[in-house]
Amino acid sequence: MDTPVRDVTRAAFEITVNGEAQQVEVDLRTTLLDLLREQLGLTGTKKGCDHGQCGACTVLVGGRRINSCLSLAIMHEGEAVTTIEGVGLPGNLHALQTAFLDRDAFQCGYCTPGQICSALGMLLEVRRGEPSQVTEDLAAETIPLTDEEIRERMSGNICRCSAYPQILEAIRDVAGAAA
Amino acid sequence: MRPFTYERAESAAGAAKSAAEAPGARFLAGGTNLLDLMKLEIERPTHLIDVGRLPLAEIEETADGGLRIGAMATNTAAASDLRVRTRYPVLTHALVAGASAQLRNKATVGGNLMQRTRCGYFYDASKPCNKREPGAGCSALEGGGRGFAILGASEACVAVSPSDMAVALSALAASVETVTPAGTVRTIPIDEVHRLPGDTPQIETNLEPGELVTAVVLPPPPEGRQEYRKVRDRASYAGGLFSLALAGERMALGAVALKPWRATKAEAARAAGASGAEAAEAELADARGLGGNDFKITLARRVIAAALEEGMDR
Repeated sequence: MDTPVRDVTRAAFEITVNGEAQQVEVDLRTTLLDLLREQLGLTGTKKGCDHGQCGACTVLVGGRRINSCLSLAIMHEGEAVTTIEGVGLPGNLHALQTAFLDRDAFQCGYCTPGQICSALGMLLEVRRGEPSQVTEDLAAETIPLTDEEIRERMSGNICRCSAYPQILEAIRDVAGAAA
Repeated sequence: MRPFTYERAESAAGAAKSAAEAPGARFLAGGTNLLDLMKLEIERPTHLIDVGRLPLAEIEETADGGLRIGAMATNTAAASDLRVRTRYPVLTHALVAGASAQLRNKATVGGNLMQRTRCGYFYDASKPCNKREPGAGCSALEGGGRGFAILGASEACVAVSPSDMAVALSALAASVETVTPAGTVRTIPIDEVHRLPGDTPQIETNLEPGELVTAVVLPPPPEGRQEYRKVRDRASYAGGLFSLALAGERMALGAVALKPWRATKAEAARAAGASGAEAAEAELADARGLGGNDFKITLARRVIAAALEEGMDR
């Protein structure tokens, strides 16, 4: 890297999306969110605020939830991204998607793909024992998944229809009874 | 967003050298703050040096019984490390009090230190701001608002540091390891990393241009209680109006100044046997409000006193 290329503003690279390797070519300014929606046609992931405040763009990268709007596509060269389309499609829904339907956990539905991807990432975080600000015992290996934990951990996903109680119920249905 | 060129750094020293050679370059780690500011064209780098894949994400024991947290460790990784949780709980508490889980999964420890103020006037490119354009003036002085500094501010800037993590690091007497463009490795005490605004609010740290943060080093955990208290408008996912980190005899305050505010006067008062309220008075004797943020002085006084007095009961 002694003489980095300084005159190139586009890049071509491989990225795996929902299990499928994709060759893409982008303006370097392209966010992961815009790559997914505008180039790969995966419009399930939503652009809400585009500033990391609302969580509508949440996807999983290597199993971890992130805001795809605050990440450049090029930063994810060679990585594996899961969007709502990779979670489940009509006819083959994930249990959490079914729970959202059963619990009426949305009205307009715009935040829903982000809510579901976020919740899936959140459950993995709890399983790994990663604490939140409401976790009482930081030394504990197992974190009880209380309703308070779910609410706190989902605070990065805004629902302007305010379906929060139903979202909590849907997540609870999949995660098991309150601890 | 303005166009830029991009390189993926292969070494920390190489990244620092590259940054010094390209005026207008910025390091890119998690990107959660930088990309937000680039979309608003408040940050307008011409070249990005992606340091996110450098092998600097390890968290390891140091010879003296402390912990060395690589700068590329995510906020989640640092907060979740069992050694941090059990030996430095104030750091875990501060980290998980900040941002959202999605942001903490992406944001790095180094980036948390280098993040920029959330002052609304800094973010509003249509208003003068001495940080964005030195000499333009500070819109906040006349603009009112609740979030501004009560300690260490100047006529040029009344913004506050947004970091929760750095407040805990100050209380823990952490230091920051860097590499300069010349390849020199430096260790800087946390309280000397960030600057008060003075008449050069655009210069936010004592790092030289191109200098890259490579790690945060924690000394052995102090004797005594560790605690982080944060007061804000919402219960979650909101910046602080006031925060306080306690680690043994040391205390630091957040959201009161443009840097994590080490509360040396309160520490000294406490050591001399003062009550919590007296220690708070000592620290806040020089506090000044602008009107809209006057309440923060009262808030700070009460939270400091409560935190210290509850501790004395134990």
